[in-house]
Amino acid sequence: MHIVVCIKQVPDSAQIRVHPVTNTIMRQGVPAIVNPYDLFALEEALRLKDRFGGRVTVLCMGPPQAEDSLRKCVSFGADDAILVTDRAFAGADTLATSYALASAIRQIGREQAVDLVFTGKQTVDGDTAQVGPGIAKRLGLQLLTYVSRIVELDMDAKKIVIERRAEGGVQVLRTAVPCLITMLENTNELRFASMPSMINAARVPIRRWNKDDAGIEDIEKIGLKGSPTVVSKVFGPTPRTEKAEMLAVEESSLRDVSLNLIQRLFTRHPGLEQQLLERSDA
Amino acid sequence: MNQATVKRPAGRGGRNLELPEHLKRYKGVWVFIEHDRGHVHQVSWELMGAARQLADTLGAEVAGVLMGGPDEPLETFAQEAFGYGADLCYVTRAPVLAGYRNEPFTRGLTELVNTYQPEIMLLGATTMGRDLAGSVATTLQTGLTADCTELNIDPTSRALAATRPTFGGSLLCTIMTLAYRPQMATVRPRVMPMPKKDATRSGRIIEGTLDLAESEIVTKLLDFIPDASSNKINLAYADIIVSGGKGMKKPENFELIWNLARVLGAEVGATRPVVQAGWVEAERQVGQTGKTVRPKLYIAAGISGAIQHRVGMEGADAIVAINSDPNAPIFDFAHYGIVGNAMTVLPALTEAFRAHLAARSAGGVVAA
Ligand SMILES: Cc1cc2nc3c(=O)[nH]c(=O)nc-3n(C[C@H](O)[C@H](O)[C@H](O)COP(=O)(O)OP(=O)(O)OC[C@H]3O[C@@H](n4cnc5c(N)ncnc54)[C@H](O)[C@@H]3O)c2cc1C
Repeated sequence: MHIVVCIKQVPDSAQIRVHPVTNTIMRQGVPAIVNPYDLFALEEALRLKDRFGGRVTVLCMGPPQAEDSLRKCVSFGADDAILVTDRAFAGADTLATSYALASAIRQIGREQAVDLVFTGKQTVDGDTAQVGPGIAKRLGLQLLTYVSRIVELDMDAKKIVIERRAEGGVQVLRTAVPCLITMLENTNELRFASMPSMINAARVPIRRWNKDDAGIEDIEKIGLKGSPTVVSKVFGPTPRTEKAEMLAVEESSLRDVSLNLIQRLFTRHPGLEQQLLERSDA
Repeated sequence: MNQATVKRPAGRGGRNLELPEHLKRYKGVWVFIEHDRGHVHQVSWELMGAARQLADTLGAEVAGVLMGGPDEPLETFAQEAFGYGADLCYVTRAPVLAGYRNEPFTRGLTELVNTYQPEIMLLGATTMGRDLAGSVATTLQTGLTADCTELNIDPTSRALAATRPTFGGSLLCTIMTLAYRPQMATVRPRVMPMPKKDATRSGRIIEGTLDLAESEIVTKLLDFIPDASSNKINLAYADIIVSGGKGMKKPENFELIWNLARVLGAEVGATRPVVQAGWVEAERQVGQTGKTVRPKLYIAAGISGAIQHRVGMEGADAIVAINSDPNAPIFDFAHYGIVGNAMTVLPALTEAFRAHLAARSAGGVVAA
């Protein structure tokens, strides 16, 4: 079995700071990590490999430094790693990104047929959840998003049964392999890197593909040119003009403050009080 | 094309940012109406309100898109859609559209777009809406902006200006799709206010079907397991929420949050660090990476008011903040602030609410 896992290297958003005056992102010194959601996809792929044998290839589009993230994935047990990197990809939105990744997956498939493609649910820097569906569409693969569990995989019959998070419940779906799965978070626990994998990660050559290696056919469809969306403005949140009515505790008892609040609140929002009263009548 | 005469927004790379002639025909604002097992997801009506405003600015019509199986009450949903502002509804029925699946819905929606050519299409940022939007936008090769918090029409280009948080909510960015149609966007539940319903409004229904046989569809829906109602936490649609942050200090102190919530019939919310510490379930997280809420009353205790939390709750009608630090950022956007120790303020407030409500429902007037 051959599984491709798409990952993205992202800035560790917990450490991003915005310059308070200029409203620009202060990226300096912010460490890069594997998009946390992608690690659930990687772990699920590795579990399938443990059960069925085969190979896991990790694929990443990004700048040359993204190699570190691919090595990280190899240290957890991925067998092969490909970095699609080319200046021509710069400025890609989700449509252009899915085109580039789909081309690369097709190219990978020419070396060894691909049975499953995994992505994370979304990235933490873009938050769009659009690239997985985009890749599936371009490759003509069945799309399974927000998958919480792989119930059954039959590689002889080429069938897979999964559970997928839906509004108000879980859908159980059966489809054909190959297909594309976007994995929901907190569905598995990432393994520790094993010693042999860590050694492998240090040594393994990360393959670098430029746009030609990745089999890009139409350069109008990649990078900025292939991106229909245009970022027209970046700005900071507007402060509210009206300040909070402050009720200080020091000058009065807690009971007085509470009664004062309730009185102001219900005078301003009589509907709220009505609703609460109707509830307690019931 | 004469580039010098074209007014361009920020953008590099010499790409075409002008709408080609054949796409100028695309007119109208569409809302994909999400429904499942007999219920329309409320986000669709919230979007209908936003669509109405956009369409009024453009002088265009609002259309609802309803797709479903032969037995589903799509006409009833259409009537509701008219009440919330739709001028017309496209109702597509086919056996393969009973229960959401990506393939038939992508096919159906794509065909509808190609036939009737809307300029804007809005979908809820739900597991259904995001699944569908990504597939449809790729098929149509157009721009899609996820999780928008504000939708406007850019006065110069008359394009959809879709604003969304970026970099973990620290900044906002406005995104436009200038040279492609339709312009697609998803919006999370509760981000847009619920429009008022006008039951006297009516509209046109345009019926259609989808020429796709079950045998042609690879993915089969085997089962739907509804979430147990006992553990269903409906934070997004709660009218009153009492939330606690790291300032509650210990998981045991969260009991004070629960006590107030019980008196008010409220849901309990929390900040991300509280969820990460395991004090409450992940479904209770409010904010950028949690739920967006829009309650009538939001009480925040021991919450600093970080931007990632704020974006999830600032749509509340009334925000009460309890924080020991008078300079906490939450006081910049709360309506009522109590500077004090949550561990003593919360019990006092709980008791005051309880007494007030008891006295009022006994018909009496409460003495201050
Ligand atoms: C990418 C990203 C996404 C994020 N997403 C979210 C999200 O969805 N939701 C979210 O909430 N956060 C999110 N965060 C985290 C966010 O940045 C803040 O760290 C978090 O909201 C702070 O939580 P807090 O207010 O509980 O804790 P703190 O910031 O630690 O605040 C505690 C507050 O309690 C007050 N306090 C202390 N003792 C008392 C007392 N005895 N009585 C009263 N007040 C007291 C303090 O004055 C302080 O203001 C995200 C961060 C990132 C980087």
